[in-house]
Amino acid sequence: MSFVAETVIRIIADKAMVLPETLTPDSTLSGLGIDSLGMVEAIFALEEAFDISIPFSAQDTGAESPGQGFDISTIGAIIAGVEGLLAQRAA
Amino acid sequence: MNRVVITGAGTVNALAGDVAGTFQAFRDGRVAIAPLNLRDVDRLSSPLGAQVQGWDPSAHFDARSLPLYDRFTQFALVAACQAVLQAGLDLAGSTLAARAGVIMGNAGGGLTTVDETYRDVYALGKNRVHPFTVPRLMTSAAASHIGMAHGLLGPTFTVSTACASSNHAMGLAFQMIRSGAAPVMLTGGAEAMLCFGGIKAWEGLRVMTSDAVRPFSADRSGMAQGEGAAVFVFEDLAHARARGAAVLAEVVGFAMTADAHNIVLPSKDGAERAMAGALADAGLGAGAVDYINAHGTGTQANDKVESAAIHGVFGAHAARLLVSSTKSMHGHLIGGTGAVELLACLLALGEGVVAPTAGHRAFDPDCGLDVVPNQARRAPVTLALSNAFAFGGLNAVLALRAP
Repeated sequence: MSFVAETVIRIIADKAMVLPETLTPDSTLSGLGIDSLGMVEAIFALEEAFDISIPFSAQDTGAESPGQGFDISTIGAIIAGVEGLLAQRAA
Repeated sequence: MNRVVITGAGTVNALAGDVAGTFQAFRDGRVAIAPLNLRDVDRLSSPLGAQVQGWDPSAHFDARSLPLYDRFTQFALVAACQAVLQAGLDLAGSTLAARAGVIMGNAGGGLTTVDETYRDVYALGKNRVHPFTVPRLMTSAAASHIGMAHGLLGPTFTVSTACASSNHAMGLAFQMIRSGAAPVMLTGGAEAMLCFGGIKAWEGLRVMTSDAVRPFSADRSGMAQGEGAAVFVFEDLAHARARGAAVLAEVVGFAMTADAHNIVLPSKDGAERAMAGALADAGLGAGAVDYINAHGTGTQANDKVESAAIHGVFGAHAARLLVSSTKSMHGHLIGGTGAVELLACLLALGEGVVAPTAGHRAFDPDCGLDVVPNQARRAPVTLALSNAFAFGGLNAVLALRAP
């Protein structure tokens, strides 16, 4: 597993108060019992860990066109999103 | 009108983490004011205060909740739990909880959160703040969290009147129960201003001591801040009797006045009207009072004006009054101070032990009161007043009777 994936999983597992091993790419934040406050907390922790700025608004309804905002639907999507932001920064 | 009694008390302050420990400190005349231990203390010119030592929030709160609690909320929640436990109320989900509420007094609110966040964004140049910065810093956070912890669905809010915040809060809770608006209220105050910015701001006024807090002493040299919380269960006497609850004291009167005079200087007239008003509200004469827990900040201005106001209200009876300021021990908790000081009234009314004014060295003829210097005193106390005279001339005085 990549460093990014490991770090994302560790942070999300910590917010969900579960062991990292129990998370899969398909796990969802709501399925892990993370509420909206927990979600902004997790986003903040990811930003701090990777020193990135995640374009996420708690006001997003999910109705935006694809490519807008930051996909937090699953752990896999979050990992891919963070990797994308890191790649943008490196470019 | 309903009679109102106190059936539970809880506290965290620099003297102790509970009521029993605080009472013992009052009996011993123990002083918790000491050199401060905090970040950048070397840049403070008044590095004295009464800090809660060895505070471990993780011993009280789970990891998921803790990021939501500023230090002042942490103190408030722990104090409220102790009070509810002592009162023996099982609130959450009860029909009682549907009408019960919370009124807290605090002035700074989440000042520690503000201080840390400003440091991050201004001094450290960070562009990201913790997502809970707002829910942590808001002044009403403590009241909300107490309500959530105990499932209270009735009137819940925070009063902010500087150094009188707690007394205003408890006075309003008293009035709400007396009027029948609520059967039970959790009320008191909390403050956690002992951070660099909190103390630096106070330094600006040049009223802080670099020596010791010596209220009413001729050589008094100013105030020192404290931190912590005290929360009480105020309850309709009939309700308390029906469930066989032990009563710690009865709240019999309350008055609030404004000086409309000066934003920092106290006025004798406003203080007099508040004390006289609390007695009138209780239907009692000045001669009924045995003990006054003074506002007694240890500043030149307060102690002189408060003493003059006491003489003004009590006349010849002032010579028979015991008057003490426990700020000399636990420091000035600003918005939370009246709540912690109410504990000294409970000790006096419940056990006949009057907490001393610590740090006292020389009688001041300008004050001319028996301030119970340095050693607690046994005395029968049936009626006590608790004074709070805030910056901005906002005065709030409670009258309490022995159970």
